[in-house]
Amino acid sequence: MKRLVSFFICTLLLALSLSSCIVVPEPVTTLYVYNWGEYISDGSENSYDSNAAFEEWYYEKYGERVVVNYSTYSSNESLYAKITSGSVSYDVICPSDYMVERLKDEGYLAELDHSNFENLGNLRPEFFGNNAKFDYYDEGGRYSIPYFYGMIGVIYNTSMVDEDEDDLGSWSLMWDEDHRGNILQFNNSRDAFGTAQYYLGVDVNSDDIGEWRAALELLKDQKDIVQGYVMDEIYNKMENGSAAIAAYYAGDFLAMYENNEDLEFFYPKEGTNLYVDAMCIPKSSKNKLIAERYIDFMLSEEPATENALYTYYASPNRLVYESEYYREEMNLIKEDAFDLMYDEESIETATYYVNLTDEKLALINSLWEELKSDIDVGLAIYIICIAIVVVLTSLFTFLFIRKRYRDKY
Amino acid sequence: MKIFSKFYMFLIFAILYAPIAVLIVFSFNDAGSLSEFSKFSLTWYEELFADEEAMSALKNSLILAISSSLIATVIATFGALGLHHMRKKYIKASITSVTNIPMMNPDIVTGISMMLLFVAVAKITESESILGFGTMLIAHVTFNLPYVLLSVMPRFNQLDRSLSEAAQDLGCTPARAFFKVELPQIVPGIISGMMLGFTLSLDDFVISHFVNSPNFQTLPLYVYNQTVHNVKFSMYALSALIVFVILAILLIVNFSSVKKLPKKRCRRVN
Amino acid sequence: MMKGRSLFQKMAAAPHIVWAVLFIVAPMLFVIYFAFTDVNGKFSFANILSLSQYSNVFVLSIAFALIATVVCLIIGYPLAYFMAKSKPKTQRVLLVLLMLPMWCNLLIRTYALMALLDNGGLLNSLLESVGLNKLYIVGSDFGVIFGMIYDFLPYMVLPIYTVMSKLDKRYMEASADLGCNSFQTMTKVIMPLSVSGVISGITMVFVPSISTFYISQKLGAGKIDLVGDTIERLFQNLSTYNVGAAISLIMMILIIISVSIMNRFSDDDGGMII
Repeated sequence: MKRLVSFFICTLLLALSLSSCIVVPEPVTTLYVYNWGEYISDGSENSYDSNAAFEEWYYEKYGERVVVNYSTYSSNESLYAKITSGSVSYDVICPSDYMVERLKDEGYLAELDHSNFENLGNLRPEFFGNNAKFDYYDEGGRYSIPYFYGMIGVIYNTSMVDEDEDDLGSWSLMWDEDHRGNILQFNNSRDAFGTAQYYLGVDVNSDDIGEWRAALELLKDQKDIVQGYVMDEIYNKMENGSAAIAAYYAGDFLAMYENNEDLEFFYPKEGTNLYVDAMCIPKSSKNKLIAERYIDFMLSEEPATENALYTYYASPNRLVYESEYYREEMNLIKEDAFDLMYDEESIETATYYVNLTDEKLALINSLWEELKSDIDVGLAIYIICIAIVVVLTSLFTFLFIRKRYRDKY
Repeated sequence: MKIFSKFYMFLIFAILYAPIAVLIVFSFNDAGSLSEFSKFSLTWYEELFADEEAMSALKNSLILAISSSLIATVIATFGALGLHHMRKKYIKASITSVTNIPMMNPDIVTGISMMLLFVAVAKITESESILGFGTMLIAHVTFNLPYVLLSVMPRFNQLDRSLSEAAQDLGCTPARAFFKVELPQIVPGIISGMMLGFTLSLDDFVISHFVNSPNFQTLPLYVYNQTVHNVKFSMYALSALIVFVILAILLIVNFSSVKKLPKKRCRRVN
Repeated sequence: MMKGRSLFQKMAAAPHIVWAVLFIVAPMLFVIYFAFTDVNGKFSFANILSLSQYSNVFVLSIAFALIATVVCLIIGYPLAYFMAKSKPKTQRVLLVLLMLPMWCNLLIRTYALMALLDNGGLLNSLLESVGLNKLYIVGSDFGVIFGMIYDFLPYMVLPIYTVMSKLDKRYMEASADLGCNSFQTMTKVIMPLSVSGVISGITMVFVPSISTFYISQKLGAGKIDLVGDTIERLFQNLSTYNVGAAISLIMMILIIISVSIMNRFSDDDGGMII
């Protein structure tokens, strides 16, 4: 019996010590922030740690301990799935423009109380305020505060693509047969279709099913020559020369350029996509006030500048945009980095994604599935396979018959 | 023939180990590049230990593996006891078969089936954050169950029934007879089952991938998130460390008098 | 004397059964439920019917898994045989060498393989420096199949080796005494006796190969979509859960059928129904 008792005490102790690991007993509030991967200065490699700075700032200002639980996602769609499935709850999220619109329209976002913000004035007038041009997804910023913005362009490796190639400067580079096996396409439907639609010169939010079909056909043609469909894996692939051409976000190009100076970048002349990622608070948040203060803190000068210098994305923050220090630091990465990020010509012609109706989303989804499941398998695979099946079945029949035969005697 | 067999084994093992060797060598590369080796350094290991995300993932992994294997062991051991004493053969066989489903099924199906359950429960109860440690624990216990049962059940079948009966004749209650007489005999099975569960849970990615919340990351999930993003070089250091730890454990187990560890994934070995 | 079962013995399995019903049976029912309903929860066959779109994907996955399994068997069988034939001390070392990759996380090994084989990876820079052509492995059919073979080879070798190392040496001696040459000993004695190892090796390679998504994501660069990738992608979007569930259901049935066929051919029957 003694052993039994001690056994139970041991398990109990273990369970207790385990549960104490999980439940933090101190009275601290945890703020759940869900953001894109590598989208904030996080203290790695001696950089500024925005979340830690917020925790400190909050304690000094309001005398309460807040701990930021920061996690990341890699596509708007996976964020949407998490938010709408109701299986996880967050306090701050950072979807892109069309996803902000969708979440807002479907009632998943909490309306912001602008009186809780002190730094709204730091935002550039194009992005926030009465005459804002780029608040197409959420007029007046009632549900969202812009965090970063940028444009899509084409990255290419100058050691693999000739500088005097005709296709440079155009989306047609992505469809150039000469670079078969060296082209990378987006692995998300909206952006991938976008590249085809810009190339075709049609509206990316088109109502015409035929136009979407045409884009799909173009992507199907391209499937033959692309190396793969990737998202952030593109960093490694472009940096080590595994691929020559890829469409991606301008800010990420600078990060890649830091590791491989052979890379170059352009905004295609046919026009490109402008996106704004904005911070919002889901309705399910239990700490809305703290969440608002978090968003507000990120608008103040130091975190905004440091985040912009960490991610290399274009900032909608006036204090960042106008700062000499920021401009110099950016141009240290690449001579024309600042002009590249804030390219005025391309932004004039850029268009943006808007939220589409459910039917159209379903259409895009099924078109994307069509593209993904459109597999051209080499005949060799089938021949090998059939040979294997034939050999196996004959072997099994032989074994089976032999077994029967043996069982008989 | 001798030479050929040696050459053959060498070749296969060389191919098997080439990527791992590259990984380990380049984890000591100061330059943080996979294409050229600049000089030996431990920078990436320092970076790794400074990386809070990786460290908390390690902690989460250990907590999850220990608790899930413990719970699975307790449930499956008593389950095996009950099954052992069950009279109706077909009920016994069907319970065993049901328990074996997670072992037979591909991990991805187990993962999505758990996820569908949790999502449905979240919808019904209108809860806002059901995914997390709890759901991970449930999923891990569930896929550990068949493995533990598989290593405990044979021990029960080897038991001499008359011993337990003798104990009961001598005045033990059945429960007491179990703890005093039967349990000590099946302990090796329990331990090997628990260790198997522990390693499986530590290693699992696919099932966790579907039932996790970003707030509770385990080591495999951390590695996955790294490899779909811009890989930090500290990930190579982490991988190298994992290889070293496993190697050490395997060497200790295989070259000491300790009983052999259960085979990893003795899935479907009849 | 046979004692009646006590309450303790009767109830001991209760938690186990409850757990199995709640977390094994119920999730399976949910897969079936989702597979036969539309987004609004109404009964429909639309998901099952829409699967014809994915017939290519299914065929491709089966083909890849089949090829990987057979190649693993062809490579793995001699390896297991040679291992079983080496000296006991060497066997221990070889066993550790074989088990290390198995215990290593699959993600890590696959990623390491990709980093090595990528167009700009170490292998290609070596080839280039010697003056040879680059090998474009990542993003090709061959790459994915190679990844499967690389990842799952130990799962094939280990069960075969286990069976072979337990074979009684006297069988071989007896067959030699009875006039068999070494080839005949191989086909008449060793092969039939190692069938159970081969069977479990085959299932241990085939099942993870057919359901993988990480290998095809990395070594197929997102271009070659297998069933696993399709399921994973469909489960990232709430509106496609139902189709995803339908595909999973089909895959589950496929695998249960093939595993039960395999088990027919193994000699010893466990107590399992399937």
